[in-house]
Amino acid sequence: MPLLELKDLTLAYGRIEAVRGVSLTVEEGELVTLIGANGAGKTTTMRAISGIRPVSRGSVWFDGKDITRMKAHERVLAGIVQAPEGRGVFPGMTVVENLEMGAYARKFASKAEHDETVDRVYELFPRLKERRTQVGGTLSGGEQQMVAIGRALMARPRLLLLDEPSMGLAPLVIQQIFRIVSEINESGTTVLLVEQNAQQALSRSHRAYILETGEVIKSGNGKELLADPAVKQAYLGVA
Amino acid sequence: MTTSTSGSASLDTVETPNIGIGDRFRLWWDALARPAQWGIGVPFIVLIALLPVIRPPVLTTVGTDFGSVLAQFGMYALLAIGLNVVVGQTGLLDLGYVGFYAIGAYTVGLITSPDSPWNLTDDWLSRDWAWLFAVPIAIGITAVSGLILGSPTLRLRGDYLAIVTLGFGEIVRLLADNLTTLTGGGRGLSQIAYPVVGESAKNPNGVFSAGNTHSPLNSGTWWFWLSIVLIIITLVLVGNLERSRVGRAWVAIREDEDAAEIMGVPTFKFKLWAFVIGASIGGLSGALYAGQVQFVVPTTFNVINSMLFLCAVVLGGQGNKLGVILGAFIIVYLPNFFLGRTSLLGFQINGNDIANYKYLFFGLALVVLMIFRPQGLIPARQKLLAYGRQVYVAARDAYRALTARTEVSADDAKGGAR
Repeated sequence: MPLLELKDLTLAYGRIEAVRGVSLTVEEGELVTLIGANGAGKTTTMRAISGIRPVSRGSVWFDGKDITRMKAHERVLAGIVQAPEGRGVFPGMTVVENLEMGAYARKFASKAEHDETVDRVYELFPRLKERRTQVGGTLSGGEQQMVAIGRALMARPRLLLLDEPSMGLAPLVIQQIFRIVSEINESGTTVLLVEQNAQQALSRSHRAYILETGEVIKSGNGKELLADPAVKQAYLGVA
Repeated sequence: MTTSTSGSASLDTVETPNIGIGDRFRLWWDALARPAQWGIGVPFIVLIALLPVIRPPVLTTVGTDFGSVLAQFGMYALLAIGLNVVVGQTGLLDLGYVGFYAIGAYTVGLITSPDSPWNLTDDWLSRDWAWLFAVPIAIGITAVSGLILGSPTLRLRGDYLAIVTLGFGEIVRLLADNLTTLTGGGRGLSQIAYPVVGESAKNPNGVFSAGNTHSPLNSGTWWFWLSIVLIIITLVLVGNLERSRVGRAWVAIREDEDAAEIMGVPTFKFKLWAFVIGASIGGLSGALYAGQVQFVVPTTFNVINSMLFLCAVVLGGQGNKLGVILGAFIIVYLPNFFLGRTSLLGFQINGNDIANYKYLFFGLALVVLMIFRPQGLIPARQKLLAYGRQVYVAARDAYRALTARTEVSADDAKGGAR
């Protein structure tokens, strides 16, 4: 049984269908990437999974249960946590307060567990520890992305949704973020990643789906897709 | 977008809080020990409470009774605290807040005025206790009206919510104006009950009666004292809420509603809570008003008053309870200060005209404020939002260390922050 399954998912903004009949699965422990150009429906798909966008048709299944109608904040309790596109850091809260907001819904059983999780986040992102008392709005783009991911980790997700973590970041920072994403996945968290940066994303994921104008046009092993001539041409800018 | 700053540069950005007067005061205050806070706070409140007794010559008003002005300030301060929960804490723009004020006042009126068909004071309810009996009902009914307004409208955001609430404020006033059999229409409801306490030969109807004109301890002064007590109780309750999980949810919603929702905050529920709490505080203020004036008419609850309340919140500093109280003071006091005044600092002025143009002046003041100090006179703290005293103390120490140009390593300075 896959951890996450989308069955024939369709989402519409007014009369325009942004996502048309997308079906995909994410197995426990996998790192799966959704790649596609602007407007392909990646973020919309993500929003359907995290529950902040209503589904027109089809269904979302998590851990064997139909969660299509479940409210977004209840999905956090179920274990689906998103680091939103455009980072969505609380601008007036400090780094620490942002991280604590991540643990808002899923309270820690003990202080020790809390400290352990915080330490783990600081271990992944040492810079966040340096910037603990700085407010979110004054952080650099890369740091905000770190906060967004760290905050999501504070909820101890079973499925971590990352929406374009590389958006607007410098190449060096992108590499750093992707390395950390791999690390998070290797330590046991299932990750569904939405990306435009196909090279980085595909080389690190187990499997990938390619979205075009709201439909899955190709799927498969990340490395295989990376070698696929059509993918190369369309997404990697290689003739 | 660089993330590679040198160690010293990051120390500067982390450890030099961009500190304003508000933050400075807050750091100083939070670093004080509890007894010291009491030692300063209590005499300060007593001093404020004694204002209408002392009637300091520079402060006192000439056109209207100073005690009544302060009583009105007390009610506006309550309104500002309530509106601040909605606008300042949760970030929901409510332009119809006057509606809750009206519902609170009219509830007391309907229960206790002889003009009302629902008057209970003819029957079993003694007029001595009728006001006290009506206040909790007024609070309850405004809370329910907040729920009724909030449930459908809080699915809207930003400008849309503002417009719907604006409509709500008008609807309440129009109902009061047109449900003639119930509310007396434009004639209003008179002889509303007030608390009858402290009867004496001088004040046969008690100190809260409008008939008590024995300055300085006239009815205005007594209502001011009553409102101070209610303000303190409200501040304690709201303050505790703000420091709780509810308050954290409010701030998260204000800062980024979608992000709050995907962090597991049930945003709709907490927005509704903010609305209901804000509404009930507005209702309490309305009940005070009805008791003091003993008379309600629809024109008192014009939508322009909503703007005035909002002006108090924005002027004082959204999200800061003390700030909005200061805002309420300015809104109430300044027009009354000019009322009836013919000279100021040796200049001939027409104070009544100045008071009449208060909307113009407050409008200008808001424009100027938005340019120079958009966060309000006493802004909400921008940092260290919910992290308790020890963080303030640590931040203050770090700040002192920096200003003293002492070499402080980032770790030492923040050692106490965890």
